[in-house]
Amino acid sequence: MKNNNTSLEKKSMSVKTLNAVTNTVIYAFLIVISIVWLIPFIGIVLESLRCESTGQVAYFFPKQIGFDNYVRLFKSDFPKWFLNTLLMGVAVSIFQTGFILSMSYTLSRLRFKGRKTLMNFMLILGMFPGFLTMILIYKVFSDLGLTMEMAPVGLIIVYCASSGMGYYISKGFFDTIPKSLDEAARVDGATRWQVFYKVIMPLSKPIIIYTILMGFMAPWGDYMMARFLIKGNDAGKNVAVGMYDWIKGSGDSLYANYTMFCAAGVCVSIPVTIVFMSLQKYYVEGVTGGAVKG
Amino acid sequence: MERLNALEYLKLSKSQALWYNIKLFFSKIPAWIKSLFVKLWITIKNFFLSLKEGALDIKDTFVKGNWAVKLSFVSFGAGNIYYGQVMRGLLFLLFEVIFIVYTFILPTGGIYWIRKVHWLSKGATVGTVQGAMKYNPVTDTYGWVAGDDSVRVLLYGLLSVFFVIAFFVVWRMQIKQCKINMELHGQGRKIKGAKDDLRSLIDEQFHKTLLTPSLLGIIVFTVLPIIYMVIIAFTNYDAEHDGHANLFSWVGFDNFNAFTDFGAGGLGLALGEMVGWTLMWAFFATFTNYFFGMFIAILINKKGIRFKKLWRTILVMTIAVPQFVSLLYVGQLFSQQGVIGAFLERADLLPQVMVAQNQMSLWSNPVSSKILLVVINLWVGVPYMMLSATGILMNIPADLYESSRVDGANSVQQFMKITLPYMLFVTGPSLLTSFVGNLNNFNIIYLLSGGGPTNTEIGTVGGQQLGHTDLLITFLFKVTTGSGSKYYLASVLGIFVFIFVAFLSLIVYNVMPSTKNEEDYS
Repeated sequence: MKNNNTSLEKKSMSVKTLNAVTNTVIYAFLIVISIVWLIPFIGIVLESLRCESTGQVAYFFPKQIGFDNYVRLFKSDFPKWFLNTLLMGVAVSIFQTGFILSMSYTLSRLRFKGRKTLMNFMLILGMFPGFLTMILIYKVFSDLGLTMEMAPVGLIIVYCASSGMGYYISKGFFDTIPKSLDEAARVDGATRWQVFYKVIMPLSKPIIIYTILMGFMAPWGDYMMARFLIKGNDAGKNVAVGMYDWIKGSGDSLYANYTMFCAAGVCVSIPVTIVFMSLQKYYVEGVTGGAVKG
Repeated sequence: MERLNALEYLKLSKSQALWYNIKLFFSKIPAWIKSLFVKLWITIKNFFLSLKEGALDIKDTFVKGNWAVKLSFVSFGAGNIYYGQVMRGLLFLLFEVIFIVYTFILPTGGIYWIRKVHWLSKGATVGTVQGAMKYNPVTDTYGWVAGDDSVRVLLYGLLSVFFVIAFFVVWRMQIKQCKINMELHGQGRKIKGAKDDLRSLIDEQFHKTLLTPSLLGIIVFTVLPIIYMVIIAFTNYDAEHDGHANLFSWVGFDNFNAFTDFGAGGLGLALGEMVGWTLMWAFFATFTNYFFGMFIAILINKKGIRFKKLWRTILVMTIAVPQFVSLLYVGQLFSQQGVIGAFLERADLLPQVMVAQNQMSLWSNPVSSKILLVVINLWVGVPYMMLSATGILMNIPADLYESSRVDGANSVQQFMKITLPYMLFVTGPSLLTSFVGNLNNFNIIYLLSGGGPTNTEIGTVGGQQLGHTDLLITFLFKVTTGSGSKYYLASVLGIFVFIFVAFLSLIVYNVMPSTKNEEDYS
C-alpha cells in the first residue's frame, strides 16, 4: 500500500516537472512569435519618426528622431485621401449592412419558392473574379462622371451594390437563432416584418456590429477596384492607391517618400486599429461563427 | 472495387488500411463524375418538363378563360382588371405599352440596337457606322464625325435582349394570375385587391421586399457586367479597337484558340505556368495557415498558460492594421535596400546560386520569392485562423479529454484522435472558402512581389510581362490596366478562373460528407 502511494507521488511529481518544462517552452515560443508579429509595427513607427533621410535605409533604429515626416504628410495630398477613404468607410458600412442583413435574414429564416436556386445562383456567380465586372462599370461610370476625382462615389456604389452576395457569415448567425421564437411571435399575431424588426434584430447585435465593422474596414484595404476607377487622379485617390504610388511610383518616388509612407501608415492604422480593437469581441464572434458554419 | 465490411476493415494493418482508403477515394471518382452528369441531365430534363407543363397550363387557361382572360393574352392585365385587381392590371398594361413603344416604335429602340450588334457573326463589327475624320465643306476643316460606339451598342443590345426576355416572363406571370383568379372566383373566394397586395409585402411576401434592393444591385452590378464580359471574350475589344475610335468586331473562338499555342511567348505555356503556381500557392497558403494557426491556438488555449488575452491581442493587431500598409512595409523590408534584405546581403546569407546570378534580393529569385510569399502570408493569415480555431477549441466537449486521459491517452494522441478530427469536421467547408480565396488573393501577391520576377523564358504575353509569381488574377489585372488594355484577354482569363474554381468546388463538395445541413443548428 505504502509503496503504491509513493510511486503515485513520484509519478505526479514527474508529471508536474514535465508540465513546467512544456509550459516554459510554450512561453518561449509565444514570446518569439509575439516579437515576430510586432516587429513590423514597431519598425513602421520608428521609420515614420526618422528625420535624417527620406528614403529606405538598411538599419532599424533611426539616428535622428522628429516629426518632420508628419509635417510633410499633412502638407501633401494625404489628408484628402484620408477623408475620401473615411467617407467611403462610413457610407459602405451603412449601405452594405442593410444589403447583407436583408439578404442573409431572408435566406436564413424565410422559406419561399426559389430560395435554394437563388443561393446556388449566387454561389456560381461568386466564382467569377469580381474584377471582371469593372471593365464595363468603368466605361459606364466614366460616362456618368463617377471616375477620377469623383471615384469615391463610384467606389461606394461598386462596393455596396453587390454586397448582398457576401451573406454567408451573417446567415450562419441567423441560422443559430431558434426557429421557435419566430413561430411564437407569429402565433401571437405578429407580421413577418414585426418578427424581423422586433424579435430577431434585437438579438442580432453581434452580427450587426460585425457587418458594420467589415464594411468600414473594406475601403481601407482595397487597391484593385480603386486603382481602376481612379486611374492616376490625385484628388480621387483612396489611401491604398495613394500610398502605393509613393512606394512603387516611377523614378525616385520611393527615395523621396518612404518615410512619409510610414508616417501615413501610422496615421491610417491608428483610427482603424482603435475602431477594430474596441469592437474586437464582435469580430471574434463573427469569425468563429462563420468558420463553424462555413 | 471490393468494399470491406467493418470487421474486415479492422483486421487490416495500419498501412493496409491507409492503402485501402486511398484506393477507395480514387475508385469513387467515376461515380462522382457520373452523378454530376446525372444531376445535370435531371436539371435539364426538369427544365423542359416545366416548360411543357407551362405550355399545357397556358393552353388550359386560354380554353377555360372568359373573354377578359383571353384578351389578356394580347393585352396585358385585362384578366386582372376584370377580376377587380385594377392596380395590378394597369401596371401590367403600362409595362406592355412601354415595351412595345421602346422595342418597335422608337427609331433607336430595341430592334435597332439588337440588329446593330451582329451577334457573334465572325468578322462582323459591333455597330455599323465607323467614326472618321471627314471634310466639312461649310467650315472648310477636317473634323471628327462620331460613329457608333461598339461598347455602347453591345450594352444597349444586351439590355434590349433582357427586355424581350422580361416581356415573356411578365406575359407568363399575368396569365398565371388570371388562372389563380379564375379558380378563386369559381370557389367564390375573395380576390386580393391592391391594399392586400401592399399589406402582404410586409407579411407573406416579406421576402420580396427584403430581397428586391439587394437583387437589383446584384443584377445591375454583377450579373449584367459578367454576361457582358463573357460576350467580350468573343470579340477583339482592346485599346486599339476601343469601340468609338475604332469599332471592335467578332472573332469567334480565336481568343480561346490562342491558348493552344505552347511555343515561346505562347499563351498556352503562360497559362500552364500561371495555373501551376496558382494551385501551388493556394495549397501552401491555405494549409500552412491552417495548421500553424491551429497550433498557436492550441498553445494559447493550453491549461496553465497565462496572459491568454495578451497573446491573442498581439496577433490580432495584424488584422486591425490595414493590409496594404503592413504588406507594402514588410515587402520593402526584404528588398535589397530594406533592413532584412540588406542584412542578408551583408552577412552573406544569400544562397550561392542567387549570388552567382547576381540576384541580390529575395524578390529577384523565383524560388525564394515564392517561399517568401508563403511565409509573409503566414504572418498575415495566421491570426484569422488562430481566432476561429480558438472559438472551435472551446466548443469541444471537455469530457472527451477527461475520459481519454483516464484511458491513458497522452496529449499527442488526444490531438490526433480528438482535436484534429473535430476541427477538420467543423472547419471543412471554410477550408474550401479560404482555398478559393487564396486562388484569387490579389492583394498579397500584387502588393508584395507585383508578380515578379519576370519569367524570361516566356517573356511578353498579351502585351504584358509574365512574372514567376503571377496568379491568374494578378495577370488578369495587369492585362486590363496595362498598356494595350487587352480586355478580351482579361475576359478569357476570367472565364478560365471561373472554370477552375467551379471545378475545384464541385470536387470538394462531392468529397466532403454533407455536413452542411442548414437545419442542424436551429
